[in-house]
Amino acid sequence: MGEFEERIRFAAERAAPLRLRGGGSKDFYGNELRGEVLDTRGYRGIVDYEPSELVVTARCGTPLAEVEQALAERGQCLPFEPPHFGAATFGGCVASGLSGPRRAAAGALRDYVLGVKLIDGKGRLLQFGGQVMKNVAGYDVSRLAAGSLGTLGLITEASLKVLPRPATEVTLQLEMPQATALEKMNRWAGQPLAISATAWFDGVLSVRLSGATIAVQSAQRAVGGEEMADGASYWRALREQTHAFFSCPTLWRIAVPSVAPPLALAGAPFIEWGGGLRWMSSAAPAVEVRETAHRAGGHATLFRAADKSAGAFTPLEPVLMRLHGALKRAFDPVGIFNPGRLYPKL
Amino acid sequence: MGEALPLNRQQEVARALGAFLPARAVLHEEEDTRPYECDGLTAYRQVPMVVALPETEEQVRRILKVCVAMNVPVVPRGAGTGLSGGALPPGDGVLLSMAKFMRVVRVDAIARVAVVQPGVRNAVISEVAAPYGLYYAPDPSSQIACTIGGNVSENSGGVHCLKYGLTVHNVLRVRGFTVDGEPIEVGSEAPDAAGLDLLALAIGSEGMLFVVTEVAVKLLPKPQCARVIMASFDDVEKAGDAVAAVIGAGIIPAGLEMMDKPATRAVEQFVAAGYDLDAAAILLCESDGTPAEVDDETARMEAVLKGAGAVRLAVSRDEAERLRFWSGRKAAFPAVGRISPDYYCMDGTIPRKRLGEVLNFIAEMEKKYALRCPNVFHAGDGNLHPLILFDASRPEELERTERFAAEVLEKCVAVGGTITGEHGVGVEKINQMCTQFRPDELELFHAVKRAFDPRGLLNPGKAVPTLARCAEYGRMRVHGGALPHPELERF
Repeated sequence: MGEFEERIRFAAERAAPLRLRGGGSKDFYGNELRGEVLDTRGYRGIVDYEPSELVVTARCGTPLAEVEQALAERGQCLPFEPPHFGAATFGGCVASGLSGPRRAAAGALRDYVLGVKLIDGKGRLLQFGGQVMKNVAGYDVSRLAAGSLGTLGLITEASLKVLPRPATEVTLQLEMPQATALEKMNRWAGQPLAISATAWFDGVLSVRLSGATIAVQSAQRAVGGEEMADGASYWRALREQTHAFFSCPTLWRIAVPSVAPPLALAGAPFIEWGGGLRWMSSAAPAVEVRETAHRAGGHATLFRAADKSAGAFTPLEPVLMRLHGALKRAFDPVGIFNPGRLYPKL
Repeated sequence: MGEALPLNRQQEVARALGAFLPARAVLHEEEDTRPYECDGLTAYRQVPMVVALPETEEQVRRILKVCVAMNVPVVPRGAGTGLSGGALPPGDGVLLSMAKFMRVVRVDAIARVAVVQPGVRNAVISEVAAPYGLYYAPDPSSQIACTIGGNVSENSGGVHCLKYGLTVHNVLRVRGFTVDGEPIEVGSEAPDAAGLDLLALAIGSEGMLFVVTEVAVKLLPKPQCARVIMASFDDVEKAGDAVAAVIGAGIIPAGLEMMDKPATRAVEQFVAAGYDLDAAAILLCESDGTPAEVDDETARMEAVLKGAGAVRLAVSRDEAERLRFWSGRKAAFPAVGRISPDYYCMDGTIPRKRLGEVLNFIAEMEKKYALRCPNVFHAGDGNLHPLILFDASRPEELERTERFAAEVLEKCVAVGGTITGEHGVGVEKINQMCTQFRPDELELFHAVKRAFDPRGLLNPGKAVPTLARCAEYGRMRVHGGALPHPELERF
């Protein structure tokens, strides 16, 4: 830990960029990678975990799989089902801010962040939030750091809220066209049904039910369809993007209000999160994809692509971009942390 | 011809605002501004120089422009129910009341989103969503009066937030103006807005970063039914252990509240909620969902509570009884207000496992300061509301109360908790911020503030103390010869 602080101070003095990196499983995500690698994997271990407190605290370099294993042994989980995409670390999981299939039902990673320790661009170890569920002392820097792609500082430790694993899970499949699926997913989400994930692809809607057995049974009657023999592996393939759909060369992640009608873009979508997330393998120009997403009330991320010259993330309004710059300078005055990874000049 | 007298500051500001606001929307006579002198924390009062009551976003923008041009502080205010003095007015500035922003802009039942103006009351959102079988989950006890704008400022909670989250988990997007009058929108009705999570930063920022003029919130399907168990314990620590046992059994109750005997006794005289007055502490443990789910979960909860040593269990038999059990908890503050001339409510949060230790500490403090302190407690999420009873008309009793409270909050920090779970720092807990955070962290908070408001005109002096203030507070509170922040110069 002292090593990290020293290394960061040294880099700051020389204005030498640092590329914060855990397992490198999300190297593909965001814009170009610049700077000398600062590898977090040596700083690992679960610091504190008591199931009855519903909180796990771990060091940044801890393998994400190790944290999930420890939780599973006590019948708990990270409810937002973060993707690993390889040898993910706990710190990388928080910094990338990505959530998996259960996002629409359980909330995003940021909803589970309770506190972080972070080394800022001056090499100061700072602590925000904590290990308690309710905490409004000071600005919510912990959630700001979640999903910041390492641009504000090195997250050395984080505390996340955890929840019990559902007692029962069942996956149902129903054949229907896209527009009908969107309508169904939105209707069901407004009813008290134990739906924990939805996905539509190629004319088939998949619905996962999770919770107490009795709740799953009643939702199963309401939803109908065929029960899948191995639902768990289906959702794993989706979460980890090992499903064949995701092997396309250019993958767009388009976030829209769940009620947005089918997007008028060439290419077949893979829909998740009750309609809120539309993966597209589209050859359309970036401007057209972003314009389409914008018209639908959302935004488009160039998730995986050989050429990211269009920028990985949707450009921000000038006032937001200015605030991003001002916040970046507050945390990292010299601009050493992952420069350009979130936005150019940030 | 004699020269006109130079206008004083108050008149200058009122005149500049009156140029585009109707006369009834600019108050500066003391009889008009006096009602705004405090929020729910009445121990701190300050009559504002001017009160502005805009009705449109354009008026808000122009008010901010005037304030920046004239270098006048601005403090936004909702219903003024806050408990930490976050809306305490500036004596030399403008109190920006958002009370006229009362419109429900849209309710989209299919998308499960309500878009409302910041002056809409919390409870109104659930009322307008009810015809669609939906509701807005965060339910602070003041929900019939407090506004969503205030909830956003404070990141308000309620008795159901263990299962359904706080304001930050239930707001999708907010729109408003920076202090310079530039329009700003953070968050999105699409998931995971691009860039840094400025929405999370804005929520709970106590009106320090920008002014909110519209809020989009998430609506949830209303549970079909709910049932509450009242469990009695002969020992407070056993009740605390029972909370851990319920959660350890994989149950996330819709609500999980604790009250100690002094609190139940105060409440029972007031509302006759049917509480067990022989119990050292009671737990209220609620299940919600479909009738079958509730049957199933209630049975599991009962088994765990019995196993954890509950001496008596009472399960609500119908909705009327359920509401009666909750009425006592929700009326705890006014009930305490009846048995004591004044009370002081604390808001620390602690890891649940340290509950016994903290309650014992509070009992010691009751003796040390010779003041009584009943406890109500959001047990599920570790948020304590000890209520110190005092009489402000007695010399030094408020001061003794504040020292009592300061010690308890510092204890919360010492056991790994926080000085405020849901009421905010405001002016009330600003000194305790010096205990919870180190100078480097406070300095970063100030840098965050400057990123949004370089001149420091929005709600100045709240929420984050200056390092000089901490140094002074530290000097007043030397323990065992150890000075906090020894690196700072002293006055």
